[in-house]
Amino acid sequence: MATFHQSVEATIPALRRYARALTRDSDIADDLVQDTLVRALRSEHLFHGGDVRSWLYTILTNLNRNRLRSLARRPTLSPIEDNDAPDLAGPEAGGRDIERALATLVEDQRNALLLVVLEGLSYREVAEVQGVPIGTVMSRLARARVQIKNYLDGGRPALRRVK
Amino acid sequence: MIDRDSPVTEDELHAYIDGELPGDRMEAVASWLAAHPEQAALVASWRAQAESIRARYGATADEPVPERLKLDQVLKQDRANGRSWAAMAAAAAVVAFIVGGTAGWMARGASAAAPTGFDVFASEALDAYKLYVVEVRHPVEVPGNERTHMTQWLSKRLGEELRIPDLQSIGLKLVGGRLLPGPTGAAAFYMYESPSGERFTIYCAKAGEPQTALRYASDEQFAAFYWVDDKIAYVVSGPADRQRLENVTKAIYEQVDKGASKKL
Repeated sequence: MATFHQSVEATIPALRRYARALTRDSDIADDLVQDTLVRALRSEHLFHGGDVRSWLYTILTNLNRNRLRSLARRPTLSPIEDNDAPDLAGPEAGGRDIERALATLVEDQRNALLLVVLEGLSYREVAEVQGVPIGTVMSRLARARVQIKNYLDGGRPALRRVK
Repeated sequence: MIDRDSPVTEDELHAYIDGELPGDRMEAVASWLAAHPEQAALVASWRAQAESIRARYGATADEPVPERLKLDQVLKQDRANGRSWAAMAAAAAVVAFIVGGTAGWMARGASAAAPTGFDVFASEALDAYKLYVVEVRHPVEVPGNERTHMTQWLSKRLGEELRIPDLQSIGLKLVGGRLLPGPTGAAAFYMYESPSGERFTIYCAKAGEPQTALRYASDEQFAAFYWVDDKIAYVVSGPADRQRLENVTKAIYEQVDKGASKKL
């Protein structure tokens, strides 16, 4: 049987993937994973069995929420990103489209969608991570999918369409 | 989007592509989609979204883990930082209430250490809230005018000396209380009511940890504040009005916090 530390270690690549998609910034993502690992190790004594992976996703999701809240308290000074250059043709452009579409989602909806489609969690596991009933998870997923579709179908700002 | 009379619901379409449908329904949905091209296109667009997300981020998990994220490094760094986590969390819990306002509430960030305890208690408490708050005739087992009896009874059942807060000063009358099964054994549940019929509840039970900072959870309709003090977990639940619930929670905290005088 895997020890607690082994289970945590084995989950790190997946946590990095989830964090990258949540933050869309590799440095912030790895900071978030590091904080998650620190919290997990410090509170190992509070972990009474169950799925280590879901527990780590829960911590990461909560830490990201705290991060977004503290960002919201500061005045917004967003740098002009390279990403704001007009879309290139090819697969890279598709990647940026989905990235921007994800950015338009409400946080809980983005979390639910990424946990299901990227991390492969079951609805039940996502419900545990988010601390809500399964029905709520399903409605978050449904709303996320509608929003992304609208965005990709042309709901994005007109400027983006100029080539 | 989907015909009400149709045998396939939109929820099922999501479950279908997420692999959450039982096997017998999979086929039914697949053949229904074959006959409904519009919905089939919608489902295809959801699949394409998922593929784009995986194409964009999937490879991150195949990258080598950076040195600073390797577990032995994280352990080493954390020890080097040296500060006692428990002390920080406890300080955060106290500061959050004493300072008040924005600065105090920011300290809540420290609470992410114990998601399991929080999730379990908060969901039990919210379930109890939702179940009894709509109850008109029998919301409680012991009415609020038997406060002394209720305090003794619930304290005995929980094995902890409880205090039932008096919230008259913020216009909330004690409706009464009841005993509930909780995640760690018996749980005490008190209900309060405002003159306009708004109901708030306090759920308390023995906690697996000595102390935590304050946490907040909400869904569309209801919200809860959770904290652990002196090994007792408290969940204050009410309608999803954060400012209002925060005020109620502060009033409760001031009365149940046994260590407040010592800490100051």
